[in-house]
Amino acid sequence: MGFSVYIILVPMLMFLVIGLGSTKLSPRAAGIFGTLGLSVSAVLSYITAFRYFFAEGLQEGIYSSITAWSVEWLRFSDKLHIDMGVLLDPISVMMLVVITTVSLMVHIYSFGYMKGERGFQRYYAFLSLFSFSMLGLVVATNIFQMYIFWELVGASSYLLIGFYYTKPAAIAASKKAFIVTRFADLGFLIGILIISFCTGTFDFGLLTADNASLAVTSMAGGSFLGLSTATWAMTLLFMGAAGKSAMFPLHIWLPDAMEGPTPVSALIHAATMVVAGVYLVARMFPLYLFAAPDVLTLITYVGAFTALFAAIIAIRQTDIKRVLAFSTISQIAYMMVALGVSGMGGHAGEGYTASMFHLFTHAFFKALLFLGAGSVIHAVHSNEMEAMGGLRKYMPVTHWTFLIACLSIAGIPPFSGFFSKDEILSAAFSHDKVVFVVLLLVAGITAFYMFRLYYRIFWGAERQYEKHPHEAPSVMFIPLVFLALLSCLTGWIPFSHFISSDSVPYDLGINWWIAAGGILVSLIGIIMATRLYRRESDLPERIASRWAGFWNAAAHRFYIDQAWLFVTKKIIFRCISTPIAWFDRHVIDGAISGLGTGTEKLSGAIKGIQSGRIQTYAAVFVWGVIIIAVCVFIF
Amino acid sequence: MISMEHYLVVSSIMFFVGIYGFIARKNLLAVLISIELILNSVEINFSVFNRYLYPEHMEGVFFSLFGIAISAAETAVAIAIMINVYRLASNIDIRHIDKLKY
Amino acid sequence: MEGIAQIVIFYILAVAIVACSIMAVTSRRIFRAAVYLLVVLLCTAGLYLLLNYHFLAVVQLSVYAGGILILFIFAILLTSAKGDRTEPHDKRRVVSGVLTALAGLGITSWATVKHQFLYGNNPTVLGDHETNMKVVGETLMGTGKYEYLLSFEALSILLLICAVGGILIARKR
Repeated sequence: MGFSVYIILVPMLMFLVIGLGSTKLSPRAAGIFGTLGLSVSAVLSYITAFRYFFAEGLQEGIYSSITAWSVEWLRFSDKLHIDMGVLLDPISVMMLVVITTVSLMVHIYSFGYMKGERGFQRYYAFLSLFSFSMLGLVVATNIFQMYIFWELVGASSYLLIGFYYTKPAAIAASKKAFIVTRFADLGFLIGILIISFCTGTFDFGLLTADNASLAVTSMAGGSFLGLSTATWAMTLLFMGAAGKSAMFPLHIWLPDAMEGPTPVSALIHAATMVVAGVYLVARMFPLYLFAAPDVLTLITYVGAFTALFAAIIAIRQTDIKRVLAFSTISQIAYMMVALGVSGMGGHAGEGYTASMFHLFTHAFFKALLFLGAGSVIHAVHSNEMEAMGGLRKYMPVTHWTFLIACLSIAGIPPFSGFFSKDEILSAAFSHDKVVFVVLLLVAGITAFYMFRLYYRIFWGAERQYEKHPHEAPSVMFIPLVFLALLSCLTGWIPFSHFISSDSVPYDLGINWWIAAGGILVSLIGIIMATRLYRRESDLPERIASRWAGFWNAAAHRFYIDQAWLFVTKKIIFRCISTPIAWFDRHVIDGAISGLGTGTEKLSGAIKGIQSGRIQTYAAVFVWGVIIIAVCVFIF
Repeated sequence: MISMEHYLVVSSIMFFVGIYGFIARKNLLAVLISIELILNSVEINFSVFNRYLYPEHMEGVFFSLFGIAISAAETAVAIAIMINVYRLASNIDIRHIDKLKY
Repeated sequence: MEGIAQIVIFYILAVAIVACSIMAVTSRRIFRAAVYLLVVLLCTAGLYLLLNYHFLAVVQLSVYAGGILILFIFAILLTSAKGDRTEPHDKRRVVSGVLTALAGLGITSWATVKHQFLYGNNPTVLGDHETNMKVVGETLMGTGKYEYLLSFEALSILLLICAVGGILIARKR
């Protein structure tokens, strides 16, 4: 299946073509190039997926890892080298499908959404760059390749968030996203170094083989501050994952990242890049489970807390993209929890399957939500709920697809979110009851805030619109319809037959008791939202005033940004950076300038010798000769 | 019989008198005269060494010969320069010629 | 007898050279300095005769005394007015010059006297024989080993260049 490397190379080629030719190409040509490139990638990845899952992947009842293509890139020693390659296994193939599909939809959608924007070619070039990086990330054969593409993804995300580079908010958001994820990546890098130092390899195959026995044996014994080497390494790795996947407390960049164009938010900050952290944990899952089970517990609790935390904040947001951003954080945390509660093999590994399943379904319905929100924003030219209402009459397609996505994320059968969420709840239930309760609560809150969003946009009183809102052009609503179809259908895929913790297919039915609980909670959420927001009323205000403190805290996202600012500005900048800056300015710079001034002074002092008087020179010269002669005769 | 050292001492004196003149005099022509003295003493040395140490050869003599010719050339150019300097500065004081440092 | 005559002549020449050299560099009248230089050059020619290098002596007389000194005198006449005296000597320069010269002279004389030259004090060395002009001419014009045609030609070109250069520098603009 060597052709699968072209899945990655075609977007890169397109990036180069569009990027280098951006001034020569017309916007239309750039868009067509980018979309065509992505279509090729998408078709190739569908073929790859089909052949992998139904023909070549399954050998003796196990989905094997196939290295479809590989080249040695950097060799450090006999054992340690970095390859660049394409690794095909169930999760990477699944990710290929998700990324190319969503990316293709976004490419098509952007034709309408970005029409007439300045830098249209640049936009498509960056989209291609991002697709290339993300695809390279998921097919990485080794952890270092993954790290390289991980950084590339971060960089292209930075470029796309800051696409409207004349807007100060966009610039600030792009910088924030880049710095926060970079900070997290520092942990990732240290984790990689620890792991490769102990095991002597970067290769995923070697690291995860035989229940990660290599890592377990090579990291045994060492400890630091009372925690074992493996725990440290895996925690640091999780730090990188948490940064990219916006886990508490590193989630602060994601809401701000909504300053980018909405299709970009759909692609990067909902469907693909932000799940890279989940993907990383899934990739390294055997290491977590066997070498550092404590870290899995950490992941579970961080995930559960983040899910609840983000869901609560989402209730209070008025910017529709921010609601979706917090909902994304919450849903990714769901996936993290599922991985955290997972075991190995068969039904014990239900969480693993569920996590990947939720990743899969979430990508489609969340992309749909974002693109739908994009249509709405396109129609009313505002992000704020205040400017919306009663839009269902004007935008029927958007309305219906948005409703499907809301039902899907709320976990109402037969939409896709129901199936994956049920699996996650079921896995949590069998593992940890507290976490289960939290997740159930989050499911209810999710349903509530999604339907609050839905009603505030499409129902309620109509606003005074400056221009008559209109349905999006067909190039925009075709992706919506397609994604809506996927949201309806993907839930029926028997996921456990394809993806499992030990690569052995197994049967996983729906746990109807838990499903019933989930549906019930979601319905309660929906009913409450309907009661409060279907029509304009002062009931929400009254309830809010009763919980005023909490309400305001949620509006300010529980002051996490302020806490970070306090830590960075007041503590790190003042106590560490300022002294270092002082040291640099006065001691280092002083020493260097001192050297300069010293030389200048010295030369000023001795330049008198260079008088230009030939006689002085001659006298000195003669004396030199005399001294040398004396020395020769004496010694 | 005059020993070689006699000649050498005479030429040394001439040489260092030339050095003194070169260092101490201000007039460019006087400096040039000092240079001539120095060159002359060197030529004496060459012939003396030739005569006393290698009488069957002629290298020293020819070196002196060429040295005389070169000093003639050098003097011609130097005097041309001096005349130019005189035109520019109306004197030939060496203290005015200190632009070498630039 | 001849030996004594030679010694006497040598001392006369030596004293004249030393005295005139010193006066040439100390005289404040530049024209007199030139004349003292002439005496030194003539005496040097005498030394060459003592060494039996007649051709060298002739060249010394014709080129130095005849050519260079005439140049000097022209230059002096061109650059100084009648009765011109150079400015008084600068004390510091004089002291520094004297010190330098004495130190150099000391170390050179000491080295000269201390070194034992290996010519064996052999009177035949000096001999009476004049250097044959034919030999001189062939050596100057030959192309073999220890023959100097190339240097001679190079020197002739150098002289030509200097002549042209001198004219170029000194001409009025």
